[in-house]
Amino acid sequence: MLADRDRIFTNLYGQADWRLAGARARGDWDGTKALIEKGREWIVEEVKASGLRGRGGAGFPTGLKWSFMPKQVKDRPHYLVINADESEPGTCKDRDILRHEPHKLIEGALLASVAIGAHEAWIYIRGEFHAEYKRLQHAIDEAYEAGLIGKNACGTGYDFDLKVTRGAGAYICGEETALLESLEGKKGMPRLKPPFPAAVGLWGCPTTVNNVESIAVVPEILRRGASWFASIGRPKNTGTKIFCISGHVNRPCNVEEALGIPLRELIERYAGGVRGGWDNLLAVIPGGSSVPMLPKHICETVLMDFDSLREVNSGLGTAGVIVMDRSTDPIRAIARLSRFYKHESCGQCTPCREGTGWLWRVMERMVEGRAEIEEIDVLEEVTREIEGHTICALGDAAAWPVQGLIRHFRPLMEERIRAFKSRKGAVPLAAE
Amino acid sequence: MTQPSQKLARWTPAHLFDGGPETFAFSPAYRAKAEAQMAKYPPGRQAAAVKALLDLAQRQMEEETGARWLPRAAMDHVAEMLALPRIRVYEVATFYTMFKTRPVGRFHLQVCTTTPCWLRGSDTVLAACRRAAGNVPDGEVSLDGMFSVEEVECLGACVNAPILWVGDEFYEDLDGEATERILEAFRRGERPGAGSVRRRQASAPEGWPDVEGAALTSLAKTDIE
Repeated sequence: MLADRDRIFTNLYGQADWRLAGARARGDWDGTKALIEKGREWIVEEVKASGLRGRGGAGFPTGLKWSFMPKQVKDRPHYLVINADESEPGTCKDRDILRHEPHKLIEGALLASVAIGAHEAWIYIRGEFHAEYKRLQHAIDEAYEAGLIGKNACGTGYDFDLKVTRGAGAYICGEETALLESLEGKKGMPRLKPPFPAAVGLWGCPTTVNNVESIAVVPEILRRGASWFASIGRPKNTGTKIFCISGHVNRPCNVEEALGIPLRELIERYAGGVRGGWDNLLAVIPGGSSVPMLPKHICETVLMDFDSLREVNSGLGTAGVIVMDRSTDPIRAIARLSRFYKHESCGQCTPCREGTGWLWRVMERMVEGRAEIEEIDVLEEVTREIEGHTICALGDAAAWPVQGLIRHFRPLMEERIRAFKSRKGAVPLAAE
Repeated sequence: MTQPSQKLARWTPAHLFDGGPETFAFSPAYRAKAEAQMAKYPPGRQAAAVKALLDLAQRQMEEETGARWLPRAAMDHVAEMLALPRIRVYEVATFYTMFKTRPVGRFHLQVCTTTPCWLRGSDTVLAACRRAAGNVPDGEVSLDGMFSVEEVECLGACVNAPILWVGDEFYEDLDGEATERILEAFRRGERPGAGSVRRRQASAPEGWPDVEGAALTSLAKTDIE
């Protein structure tokens, strides 16, 4: 179990003052000047050595991403863009950072900007988070007033501006290039890569896009040292992570824990256990809606980190743990996710635009059982046709939950179809 | 003008509404806010402020008419301010779900029904909202103009599910009864405090820090100076 002294987000629940005075009492903005003066290379190397992997879902090493930025700032300015468009179903960790620990994010934004040579950073916050936006803006104003950011930030001679922009309700804007399009005032449609944002990003300038949590842990890593962060968790899966435990548990909550904590311990120790006891567990979606679900027998032993979850054909994603007990209809739960992806597809690529709608319609029939057994195979095949054939990963994200359902609950789907047939007789197959 | 699309069971923002005011212009106070938003962006990049301006336009509509929605005249006004072709503004207004291109009630009840909220009972929240709106189809305004209902996708507060979102506020940890109490308060003209109706501390486990086992959830209050 993670010791309290190793926790980064000590005001996760907002029990203490979130303003500058409170943040300073918790150790934020302590020695920031000295950290900046160690220089750009040192910051990048330290974050690389800490093993920090991006907390937004893909788990790409943060220090490595920063090193892709041009070494010299030439005619085009560099930008840091922080992705606070948190909208993966099951995930609500960035919300707590924005409303209860805004200064960790602001300090991290300054340090990360130094690391990539940016003098301007933008935070793109989802539009629905209005109270969080107000707080964040207040905290930024405080930091300007205290001389921590702005001209000559922290007295280092480095100029740094931090601005907030609001989204307006579109899951796809969490994809980094869609986010850049949206920030520029367009529809949030992902861009083709390459060129990657590090070469051509916001307004055509070199840009790094990072998740809120990835940025907010940077000051602590630099202050306490890469080896401290790397000593927590498991090899290649280092550090602490905020887990969001929702669904059928006795006490849903957010909690910061070490990567690699067993899923069962996470649920039982922090969330008060599965409703009706562990044996009442049906399945868990371990990393936000986009990753395949895990049935109970895997949940018994699986560890919560990037590589362990990949080994069981799922993923850590954003660490949004959605728990379902035995009263749940897993087919309906996944059909609802299919509706989500159909709603959120930006409509740019045909496999996703048409495929997500098709998946949803077929999944709705699967809920009833109004289908043929062979259609389960067709469904599986169509998910494979969507996956990997789109500009961004939303197509993959729509495909994986359905694949997970078929992998682990195929007998239930077949049983539902047989039950429907015995009730209503054979169904003429409609063209979808 | 009659709308054949009213038969749609599920409201979609992709239909521009032909009714609404003929003209729209920012009031001096809102114009100042709009200009402050435009000034945030680098020279020549003012188009980036389009979402902020559309949001301000909706807020001014709410002040003037009681309903936060975006008539076509407001989109045209924003296009003019940003020197953008109108279509560039229309396509943004119809892409993002927070822009309501049809009139909504004084209280537009947005119920999250995505899986994490559904698992925690969003069906009862949705049913209570639909009853309050007199069971008009989702997206239409109740006869008294008070309520309209919309199912929305994940609001990003899943450990406090289910969520009802009204105006700028999230009402969290709901059930059918709590939802009805909130809707009754709206009818009386009150704005109940946002957040957890069960008085939970944000995203902490319920009862924190006093329940048994909660010490294990660390972060006992004494940890913080």
